[in-house]
Amino acid sequence: MSKRAASPSGVLTILDNISLEVAQGESLAIAGVSGSGKSTLLGILAGLDLPSSGAVFLDGVELTGLDENGRAELRRRRAGFVFQSFQLLPGLTALENVMLPLELAGDNAARELAQQQLVEVGLAERMAHYPNQLSGGEQQRVAIARAFVGKPAILFADELTGNLDSRTAGQVIDILFRLNSERGATLVLVTHDSSVAAHCSRKLTLAGGRIADPEGGA
Amino acid sequence: MVWLRLSLRQLARDWRAGELRLIAMALIVAVSSLTSVDFFTGRVRQATELQATELLAADLVVRSVEPAPPALIEQARALGLKTALTVSFRSVVVVGEKLQLAEVKAAQAGYPLRGRLQVSERLFAPATTAAAGPSPGAAWLDPRLFQLLGLEAGDQVRLGAASLRAEKVLTYEPDRGGDLFSIAPRLLMNLADLERADLIQPGSRATYKLLAAGPAEAVADFRALVEKREEYDIQGIRDARPELRSTLDRAEQFLALAVLVSIALAGLALALAAQRYAVRHFDNCAIMRCFGAQQDMIVKLHFAQLLFLALLCGAAGCALGYLGQQGLAWLMSSLVTRPLPAPTLAPVFTGLAAGVLTTLGFAMPQITRLKRVAPLRTLRRDLTPLPPGNLVIYPAAVGSLLLLTLWQSSNLELALYGLLGLLLTGLLSFLAARLIIRGLNGLRAKVGSAVRFGLANIVRRAPLSAAQILAVGLGAMALTLLTLVRTDLLEHWRDRLPEGAPNYFLINIAPGEVDEVREFVQARAGLAAQTHPMVRARLTAINGKAVNPDDYEDEEARMFARRIFNLSVAETLQEDNRLVDGEWWGDTDDILFSFEDEFAKTLNIARGDRLTFAIAEQRVSGVVANLRWVDWDTFNVNFFVVVNPGALDDYPATYITSFHLPAANKGLLLDLVRAYPSVSVVDVDAILRQVRSIMKQVIRAVEFVFGFTLLAGIVVLLAALQTTQDERRRESALLSTLGAGRRHIAAGLFTEFVVIGLSAGVIGALGAMTAAAVLAERVFRMEMSFNLWVLLVAPLLCALVVVAGGLAGARRVLSVPPLVAFRET
Repeated sequence: MSKRAASPSGVLTILDNISLEVAQGESLAIAGVSGSGKSTLLGILAGLDLPSSGAVFLDGVELTGLDENGRAELRRRRAGFVFQSFQLLPGLTALENVMLPLELAGDNAARELAQQQLVEVGLAERMAHYPNQLSGGEQQRVAIARAFVGKPAILFADELTGNLDSRTAGQVIDILFRLNSERGATLVLVTHDSSVAAHCSRKLTLAGGRIADPEGGA
Repeated sequence: MVWLRLSLRQLARDWRAGELRLIAMALIVAVSSLTSVDFFTGRVRQATELQATELLAADLVVRSVEPAPPALIEQARALGLKTALTVSFRSVVVVGEKLQLAEVKAAQAGYPLRGRLQVSERLFAPATTAAAGPSPGAAWLDPRLFQLLGLEAGDQVRLGAASLRAEKVLTYEPDRGGDLFSIAPRLLMNLADLERADLIQPGSRATYKLLAAGPAEAVADFRALVEKREEYDIQGIRDARPELRSTLDRAEQFLALAVLVSIALAGLALALAAQRYAVRHFDNCAIMRCFGAQQDMIVKLHFAQLLFLALLCGAAGCALGYLGQQGLAWLMSSLVTRPLPAPTLAPVFTGLAAGVLTTLGFAMPQITRLKRVAPLRTLRRDLTPLPPGNLVIYPAAVGSLLLLTLWQSSNLELALYGLLGLLLTGLLSFLAARLIIRGLNGLRAKVGSAVRFGLANIVRRAPLSAAQILAVGLGAMALTLLTLVRTDLLEHWRDRLPEGAPNYFLINIAPGEVDEVREFVQARAGLAAQTHPMVRARLTAINGKAVNPDDYEDEEARMFARRIFNLSVAETLQEDNRLVDGEWWGDTDDILFSFEDEFAKTLNIARGDRLTFAIAEQRVSGVVANLRWVDWDTFNVNFFVVVNPGALDDYPATYITSFHLPAANKGLLLDLVRAYPSVSVVDVDAILRQVRSIMKQVIRAVEFVFGFTLLAGIVVLLAALQTTQDERRRESALLSTLGAGRRHIAAGLFTEFVVIGLSAGVIGALGAMTAAAVLAERVFRMEMSFNLWVLLVAPLLCALVVVAGGLAGARRVLSVPPLVAFRET
């Protein structure tokens, strides 16, 4: 699969002929320097973006063959997300943020499930707080709770410790991997932090839009 | 239906987060301005139309200029109908040294046949229902008449030759609704006293009514009988009152246009607020898309959310509109001669629909942007959907305005003109604002850094600044114009009659009294009064074709065609007249007419046309010999139609005269009325004062409606401020980090608001002065002397309003520490 984009200096190849397979339950770290194409790859794997050529399959379904609404439907049923900048909705409380994916799926037990999930990430006391009343670590724990609350088969995480200090980052990583092993979900995360990558069962390094360590790909 | 439930939840959450406040404010202003007018005009309409029988005081009214013949009354009775006669005319009521013109109604026992009179024993005492009208020797007077004449219940008043006891205060009269807004107060007396008063002479200006009531078939039979005779004018339950309805229609259309301006501005505020709402929801939508929400769902969710909001705000706007109409009713209270019925609920429907329509037209195009938010935005924040194209925004906005106008004014032409006028004024104001902003740029090099910061803010966001100036400017323009009309124009309009112009008219002078009255005036005041005969006539045919009021499109023409007017006789052309077509007459046996040219134009009458007039039961035919221009401003007695000498000799006439009487000589009027009781004295000054006061009250009501326009202008200001709030906070945080103090930043904002306010005020004042000058020339026919204070006061007031509103809206910019500002924006 490749991704190209037009730029003032001509066509830019962001991802060049990537071939990759992630098994169910596996955890994959995508590493690389800034601009190596990590986030683009993650976006394409999650169906947030489309490759210029090639195909992507999620759970046996060809993502690249679906329209935007089809991909959204697949994300809703199968995927969870954690972002570097947390991406919590500022107008919603921690609890409401976690309820959101369940509400979108029309789940009547959204409130109870979200409360349970927040308890699991250690934020039982913070449910009614708004994002700007929470520390960075707490915000990312809310984001993790939100990602897991819909019981996704696969979790995508983009530089989830990028905005956190090392101690808080450690705590967040612990929570993520604990929940992931409990749920048996597949995990694809982008990081440039080798200690985070070390938690994963497999590491893939990108350089200039290509896989730099051939063992990482498949 | 997940989206429906979610939209309600999101509504609650967004409301809590304060994201919807300005959208709500704009909607509430739009709906309350609309419904306050709708509730009020609905009440007036109900008062005039719904209780039709009661309004007539009968089931059928036969109106004529002559008393109904006894045979006709007999026919009505034979059909099993109850009848009552009334005679209405204007006359002077005298108490001691005081004279007051009144609308007199003399009614037979049995009046009113439908509805009830209400009276109180003395002024301001509680009213009770009266079983019958005043008995012979007694008169019931309007509270205003009691006050003007300084009467107590039981005092004697003179009316013509009769002395009557002012027995009770007349607080309600069922058939007063026909002239809902009237100039002179009412005196109700018994018909039996009329002859004694000696007020009515053959040809006197009086309206005779035969009231009839009874079983529906009998009423229909009687109607069929009367309809064959063209000298009668019939009013039944289903007959609209055309003059009143057209006045009301016009008033409603005018107010609808006033409301339109408020809605247009509220719409602008709504669009700005919705734009910011959309921008602030990009991330929300990206997250939702990421978690699997489809594009359709995003649209449906926000659509439903805004519709719920529109309905909620519509309801709140209706409630405020209900309060607003009470304000309007209060402002107009002394003009409305009967209690208004409670408002109906119809405006609630209109209000809710208008809320939804405004939302669809102004907010939705912005909201559709959310559909195009890419889920990838969660990873790449620079992915922002393009704003909706101008081809979407403007047609949607103008379309919704047009629909609302059409719905409100039910007159396509007026709606289009009104909207076009509004758009043109808006466009001109916008261009003027852009010009001012361009001029500001040159100032930047010459001022200190705080002021420069303020000016730079205006220049950098030029379109938005211009929108703010335009919005506040339009509100200021409307209010300034109304103030100018109420003060400058009306104060000076006929403030003083032209030097030596007649200030009194004597009407209803009987032919036998003409010489005596003339001599009286000559002897007592040294004035040579010129008298003119007046014969009451109705135009029945033009060139052999019967005149039908409905054939005329022009409302004024219809009114003239229906009206009975006065023919007079003239041997020579009056000095204040000038021939514009044809020759003045010499000696002839033919019957010739001379028409005032504007009047002839209105009725489509040209020189050479053959006209037929009905005078009582006779016909007079003749040819239009010439058209004249009349200088009405001289206040001399003048007529639309005059006839050559001899032509009207055989018909019943009364005489009219006018003269200028110095204040010191007013005493002679009292003696004149005592000596010639049937003569009515009309005080021109008093009538002009009354007209001015009525107009002022009406204008206050219109000002009230335009108050909503200013309110809408302020919401635009706030919405525009909110749109730039995040940017301002970031900039202020940056300035603060670089060492600028709070005062420095505040001074910059202050400059910005002062300049916006001053610019809006200048545009508003200039626009208002231009419009006032046009009104002065076209409507009031007077020289407009400009009060230059307007150019000072309007901008200063606007600056005050904008600074107050602006600083209140921008306080977060000043109060939040830089670090918080950086983190939150």
